[in-house]
Amino acid sequence: MILIHCPYCDEKRPEIEFANAGQAHIARPIDPSGESDADWETYLFIRANPRGRHHERWRHVHGCGRFFNAVRDTVTDKFETTYKAGEPRR
Amino acid sequence: MSGFRLETGGRVDRNQPVQFRFDGTSYQGLEGDTLASALLANGVMLFGRSFKYHRPRGILAAGSEEPNALVSVDRGPGRFTPNLRATGVEIHAGLNAVSQNRWPSLKADFGAINDRLGMFFPAGFYNKTFMWPRSFWDKVYEPAIRQMAGLGDAPTAEDPDHYASTYAHCDLLIVGAGPAGIDAALGSMDTNKRIILIDEQDELGGGALADPALWPWLERSHKALIDAPNVTILTRTTAFGYYHDNFIGAVQRLTDHLPKPGDGAREKLWRIRAGEVVLAQGAIERPLVFEGNDTPGVMLSSAAKIFATRYGVAVGKAVVLMAAHDSGWHDVFALAKAGVGIAAIIDVRERVDSALMQEAGRLGIAVHLNHSVMGVSGRHSVRAVQICNNDDYLARRIDCDAVLMAGGWTPSVHLWSHSKGSLKWRDDLGAYVPDQPNENVRCVGGCSGDWDFGNGAVIDVLPTPKDHSRIKAFVDFQNDVTAKDIKLAVREGFRSIEHIKRYTTNGMATDQGKTSNLNGLQIASSALDKPVPDIGLTSFRPPYTPQTFGALAGHAKGALFQPTRTTNIDSWADAHGAVFELVAQWRRARYFPKSGEDMHAAVNRECVAVRSSVGIFDASTLGKIEVVGPDAAEFLNRMYTNPWKALEPGRCRYGLLLKEDGFITDDGVSARLAPDRFHLTTTTGGAARVLNMMEDYLQTEWPDLDVWLTSTTEQYAVIALQGPNARKVLEPLVEGIDLSAEAFPHMAIREGMICGIPTRLFRVSFTGELGFEINVPTAYGRAVWERLMAQGAQYDITPYGTEAMHVLRAEKGFIIVGQDTDGTVTPFDAGLDWAVGKKKPDFVGKRSMARPDIVAPGRKQLVGLLTDDPNVVLEEGAQIVADPKQPVPMTMIGHVTSSYWSETLGRSIAFALVAGGHEMTGDTLHIPMPGKTHIAKVSGLVFYDPEGARLHV
Repeated sequence: MILIHCPYCDEKRPEIEFANAGQAHIARPIDPSGESDADWETYLFIRANPRGRHHERWRHVHGCGRFFNAVRDTVTDKFETTYKAGEPRR
Repeated sequence: MSGFRLETGGRVDRNQPVQFRFDGTSYQGLEGDTLASALLANGVMLFGRSFKYHRPRGILAAGSEEPNALVSVDRGPGRFTPNLRATGVEIHAGLNAVSQNRWPSLKADFGAINDRLGMFFPAGFYNKTFMWPRSFWDKVYEPAIRQMAGLGDAPTAEDPDHYASTYAHCDLLIVGAGPAGIDAALGSMDTNKRIILIDEQDELGGGALADPALWPWLERSHKALIDAPNVTILTRTTAFGYYHDNFIGAVQRLTDHLPKPGDGAREKLWRIRAGEVVLAQGAIERPLVFEGNDTPGVMLSSAAKIFATRYGVAVGKAVVLMAAHDSGWHDVFALAKAGVGIAAIIDVRERVDSALMQEAGRLGIAVHLNHSVMGVSGRHSVRAVQICNNDDYLARRIDCDAVLMAGGWTPSVHLWSHSKGSLKWRDDLGAYVPDQPNENVRCVGGCSGDWDFGNGAVIDVLPTPKDHSRIKAFVDFQNDVTAKDIKLAVREGFRSIEHIKRYTTNGMATDQGKTSNLNGLQIASSALDKPVPDIGLTSFRPPYTPQTFGALAGHAKGALFQPTRTTNIDSWADAHGAVFELVAQWRRARYFPKSGEDMHAAVNRECVAVRSSVGIFDASTLGKIEVVGPDAAEFLNRMYTNPWKALEPGRCRYGLLLKEDGFITDDGVSARLAPDRFHLTTTTGGAARVLNMMEDYLQTEWPDLDVWLTSTTEQYAVIALQGPNARKVLEPLVEGIDLSAEAFPHMAIREGMICGIPTRLFRVSFTGELGFEINVPTAYGRAVWERLMAQGAQYDITPYGTEAMHVLRAEKGFIIVGQDTDGTVTPFDAGLDWAVGKKKPDFVGKRSMARPDIVAPGRKQLVGLLTDDPNVVLEEGAQIVADPKQPVPMTMIGHVTSSYWSETLGRSIAFALVAGGHEMTGDTLHIPMPGKTHIAKVSGLVFYDPEGARLHV
């Protein structure tokens, strides 16, 4: 069981306290109605599936309840870093 | 020597005889024996039948790597454990073990005919043979294969034992308490580290238990470790898996070795998080590959030494060693000194260390260098071996009753590999050893490869003059894989060991190839003429040895498998004969049958009561979220399809929640209590999901909004009071709220008191009747319910369950998200476009409602269905076609989502999702069912009181 560092609690906790919430840094468009069909499709459905570094969102759902961002290696399953929502991409 | 028990020696207690049974025969062993050592002491060589060929099999090893001697232990009803290694079963008074994979008996086994037909069962036999004819698969092949497959029998009765589990944390976890593991523990004992030392055997020592010279050291070390307050020793505990971040799973066996199981847990699952892990798993000796190497009495040389020195048991009276490694010589010398008769030493090598030759000479043991065993006489036990010179194949026979194999050593890298540590090949060992770690872990002792195993030759198959394609020289004993199977796989084009493994099943048995992987690799390497590292290595995966389902499940079974959520009113429903159903994790009353009533009679009565007088319903399971803050209305406006900003405090609104893809995900009535405070409700199953979704948007998309979300689902008991007499029942109990239609209209909320308890009183209806939903603090739920029952008695107040609730809401055309929608239904599809705020610039899912696929014609839309025969209640899930005469397979245009008998209407009603359904009102559709095709006409969704006259009273 992986240990994940929650940047809000500033503690490493077992992964069962957390829930994955998909790829990170996909901002909802400010004006969705102004988006073309193609752009909206990309926002809704198109996701990266990298081999290696992957930016994703996690929620400390059975802890502080906060969403945060993480860089995880999809090959080794190791977390490189975690950081608060709203902070720049690492 | 009595039988095969040596006169002296061993760690068994010669003053403690133990009676036990094997295959119905009573035997005597000694305290400290395993089933294997005790049976060997009684001269029993035959332990089981092999998996595929049903060949007679004995003991190969002395530890958990044993592939052959699998037995079942029967401790009474429900306590039947198959596939235990006889080498790990400690005997106790009354132990009842039976052999496996044989019929009618171990000595006369019908399946052994497979051995004679072996030429018809090559590698890939199943893949090649059962391809045709197709029709044979269901009736002939599969039942036959199922009959033959598997090892022991699965237990049939429920397991009466219970299993404990615990979490543990330590600075240093040591796996394996042989000399290397004990040294590691002693070395860290005087630090302030918390240390856990684990070993799968019944006592510490590992290999030292078979070396009497080390016993004094072992005793001193054991005492020192027991006395150290920072050291926890877990024996009879198998570390079965190594997971991320030094998380190790281990199972401790607590009662299997005791004469009586007792009341305590049978096993305990340890989940250990360690700062550092030291692996001291040791090494496993490799068998040699030659014809007849699976005959009972052919075993690992190290195993024979363990049986003699640890258990005081001779594995034979005239023992032959077949060696490719020095360690076998040392084992045999130890056996000779313990009083075991040695017939000869045969070594495949041309020359060995002169010291070995001298010691053999001194002990009077005949030695045959540059020779190999080419055959074994005897079927149920060894009678003789045929050996041949490796150069001229000149053969001779040596009479013997046991053959020991010394093929070199394989470091146990199982847990290291679980941890994703890398491996490197060592030519001198003919084995992989640990290289770079992936966790904070190191290997010590034999499993590290850094250990003096002595000299040896690495060899794939022993030389023989016989035709290699006609002999059975076993590599994987448990799965019956021979050297020729691996060569056949290579001939048929397999190159990667991962493919060879799957084609031949080498290493795929329950022992995971502990004794077979390296020999298989060597044979494939020779056949491919490539070095072993170029062929690869198969992965080791948890568990290291098989573990019980019980240990892994722990307490999570039966009622504790998952929590059942109950409301405060549940106990009343239980006491009044409710029939329950599970909705998500909630236990809900489905209906309240009176004596003699079946479900339909009860539901009909409950529905009629609500329509004609008053019904009472426990709605406490509704999801509830308190939304508070200056931006609460703005937030809800962005989340829900409906407009919220203009909703006045004291009023309610039906809210429809979409996902960003435009499909309905939840709904519920919500109330505005104050300008900055809303009381939301969600579906029973959707509460957590909706809160998560709202938190997501609030935290990550709109962190500028000043809003708090709090789950209040379990803070309120909710009682729905529904029916024309609802107000009359409620009125005398309520203080501070004017219940009149003018003061308290439909879709309003008031705060006040009921029965002296503060309440949030909703005037809402999921039945189409005058209705109230009374929210009180959870602890008061049942008390208020009982007061309402008493007050309503004069109106024959009737408790109703979820089934009647479903019928009543369907009569009114109210949908249930998740039943009438399935994640592909838009508000328009569901006929809920009235709930979409057209003027709102944005809300979650709005943009998707203009996606090309969403606006395209032909989408499945929710409609009502009325069967031509009013007595036919369609099956929910039934498929719908337009033309029943079309050829099979028919084109399905939709399916029934809800279907009920409506006692109020005197006929059946249904909802269905039908392609283009909104344009089909009045059309006839067909629902083919087994034996009959039903006919129905498309209608609107509202079957009862379409004007809503009964609501606004």
